[in-house]
Amino acid sequence: MELFLYTALFSPLVGSLFAALFGASPKTKIAGIIPSALLGLSFISSSILLVSILSGNGAVHVEMMTWMSAGNLYIPFGFVVDQVSVTMMMVVTLVSTVVHVYAIGYMDHDKGFNRFFSYLSAFVFSMMILVMSDNFAGLFIGWEGVGLCSWLLIGFWYHKESATWAANEAFIMNRIADLGMLIGIFLVYWNTGTLQYEQAFAAMPSLENDVLTWMGVFLFIGAMGKSAQFPLHTWLADAMEGPTPVSALIHAATMVTAGVYLVVRAHPLYHLIPNIGIFIASLGAFVALFAASMALVNRDMKRVIAYSTLSQLGYMFVAAGLGAYWVALFHLMAHAFFKALLFLGAGNVMHAMHDELDPFKMGGLNKAMKGTFIMMTIASVALAGIYPLAGFFSKDLILEVAFVENHYIIYTVLLFTAGLTAFYSFRLVALIFHGEERYKLFGIHPHEAYKFMLIAMSPLLFLAVIAGSFKMTYFEMVTQVLPASEYHVHSSLTFWIMTIGTQLFVAAAILFAYKKYTRRDIKVPDGTSKMENSFAYKLLINQYYIPFAYQEYVVKPYREVSSLFWTHVDQKIVDATVDGIAHTFYKIGEETRDMQSGNLSIMLKWMVAGTVALLSLAVVFGLSVKYATEIKLFLSGLGV
Amino acid sequence: MMQIGLNHYLVLSTILFSIGLIGVMRRKNLLMLFFATEILLNSVNISFAAISHYYGDLTGQMFAFFVIAIAASEVAVGLGLLIVWHKKHNNIDLDFMSTMRG
Repeated sequence: MELFLYTALFSPLVGSLFAALFGASPKTKIAGIIPSALLGLSFISSSILLVSILSGNGAVHVEMMTWMSAGNLYIPFGFVVDQVSVTMMMVVTLVSTVVHVYAIGYMDHDKGFNRFFSYLSAFVFSMMILVMSDNFAGLFIGWEGVGLCSWLLIGFWYHKESATWAANEAFIMNRIADLGMLIGIFLVYWNTGTLQYEQAFAAMPSLENDVLTWMGVFLFIGAMGKSAQFPLHTWLADAMEGPTPVSALIHAATMVTAGVYLVVRAHPLYHLIPNIGIFIASLGAFVALFAASMALVNRDMKRVIAYSTLSQLGYMFVAAGLGAYWVALFHLMAHAFFKALLFLGAGNVMHAMHDELDPFKMGGLNKAMKGTFIMMTIASVALAGIYPLAGFFSKDLILEVAFVENHYIIYTVLLFTAGLTAFYSFRLVALIFHGEERYKLFGIHPHEAYKFMLIAMSPLLFLAVIAGSFKMTYFEMVTQVLPASEYHVHSSLTFWIMTIGTQLFVAAAILFAYKKYTRRDIKVPDGTSKMENSFAYKLLINQYYIPFAYQEYVVKPYREVSSLFWTHVDQKIVDATVDGIAHTFYKIGEETRDMQSGNLSIMLKWMVAGTVALLSLAVVFGLSVKYATEIKLFLSGLGV
Repeated sequence: MMQIGLNHYLVLSTILFSIGLIGVMRRKNLLMLFFATEILLNSVNISFAAISHYYGDLTGQMFAFFVIAIAASEVAVGLGLLIVWHKKHNNIDLDFMSTMRG
């Protein structure tokens, strides 16, 4: 099994290095095909590991080599494939294989084709380290690695000002959170003396509650950054500047779920501090609603999907916070499938529309793009949570968890959000694929994407439809390591009312969206309509003015303080010191160059002076050694 | 009558050394400079011989012979150079020998 583990882990790295060989040369098809094939290999290896674990073999645990060993500190490069990490491995390798194949078509006309695959495979490798590591140090390496690749890929079109800005924003926001994460890891090491998950979690129950709380808080700050939870959420929507396959892989299916994975992985810790769990759940519910509300009005197709991702991450955190770790992981998996599908579909639409992102300028695309239309509709149905697609099983389960655990406020918020989710998803579908063909006004002739891109997407489509039926198998597998709490509403009447009620509510939201946005008289909004001038619309379209507030109250003051420090501290103290030292030497040289007059007589005088100086030094030293005791006595008499 | 002992020789040596040193520092004539270095070397020879006698160890006196030999060869070479220089420039003033100015 070790062989499969190493294959799964390292083939993305090989693919990345291979593509990097062609980094500077013009588009080479093989630079896309080989990494994709290697990822396929990684996926197959992961599947074999999954089958092995499903058939009852225990977790595979290997220690590749020692990384750090100093005194009591011992950190190996260790990897573990257990029920939790194998889930993540499957999600990561499957989605990334699909996205790689898709990107061969999507990036077809891009100059940075080879570079793109190098980055993308490097991302997969980092992500695999993140999920497979058996200790916090390895997790952190992967964590930083995915952050780096995310930065590289958001800013992939670096000649665009907005792309580099978004890349830096994402990176800096993540740095802030990573500091919290690092403090959390230090606390773990400080208090348990180890970074290995098993030993660290085993040592935790005997620790004080305060310490555990701080650990949980700081680790969760790290998770908040990566998973873009409020108040560090603004980077995710801006990250849509990157190419669409990147959005599908990194900013929907895998990297942003790393925070959820961290909380799930650290479940023994969060189990001990239920208060933090409630906080996580509340924040998750808030973010779910908050992000969904922003998605309602946004006029950028990818941003709408990004907010939807944010909202679904909120759902996952609700489940994780309430202790239903397996539910969180299950929703993570289901969400990865349909959200990646949705994003890739959006990529097809973007290509067809020549990078137009405003759905109001599309309309009626279902004729030109049948395949994409079907896929995006099914993905949206799955996202909305209609029976029997994946979203129904995973999302309704989270609602049930909230209900059973008696958090009725969270339940209500999530239920309401489910309606909003259905509404904005189908607002998008209706605007893009139905109604008047508004794109004709802009002289665009849409065309369907390459056939192999659609075929590449089909595994995701298949899984988005059937993932829900794995629920019980999955439950049995993953609860061997996670707390096995099943969530059943006690009375069956309540259960049916809840389920059917939710379904009806969601269906009503879908119908409403269809009715509202398939009308013939939809115009491209020009800022004059009554709705666009209402306060609520302005609040939502400006993302609650949070980016504005960050710009005004964080970025600008920070910039001012920085320039103040630059002129007053850096220039006047640091620079002055360094320059002063150089200046002193320069001055000494200037003053003493007269010694080198070339006159033998003067040189001889200096020689004599040097001899005298050295001799007197020798005499003084000799005397001080001879009279050492007397000198000491004298000095102590002076009180030195 | 006062016995002439080691100290007297050493004082003589020191006085000669100082005279030589001052000569080295002050003289501008290259020939005089050679004389001054000879005085320096011979002051050292005196102390070598005196200390050697004091300890009854011949090593110091032997060393003095070496110094005399070296001094002689140094003067021979030095004088040769000096004559060449004098032929070329028609003076042997130190202040004019400053082609190595930095």
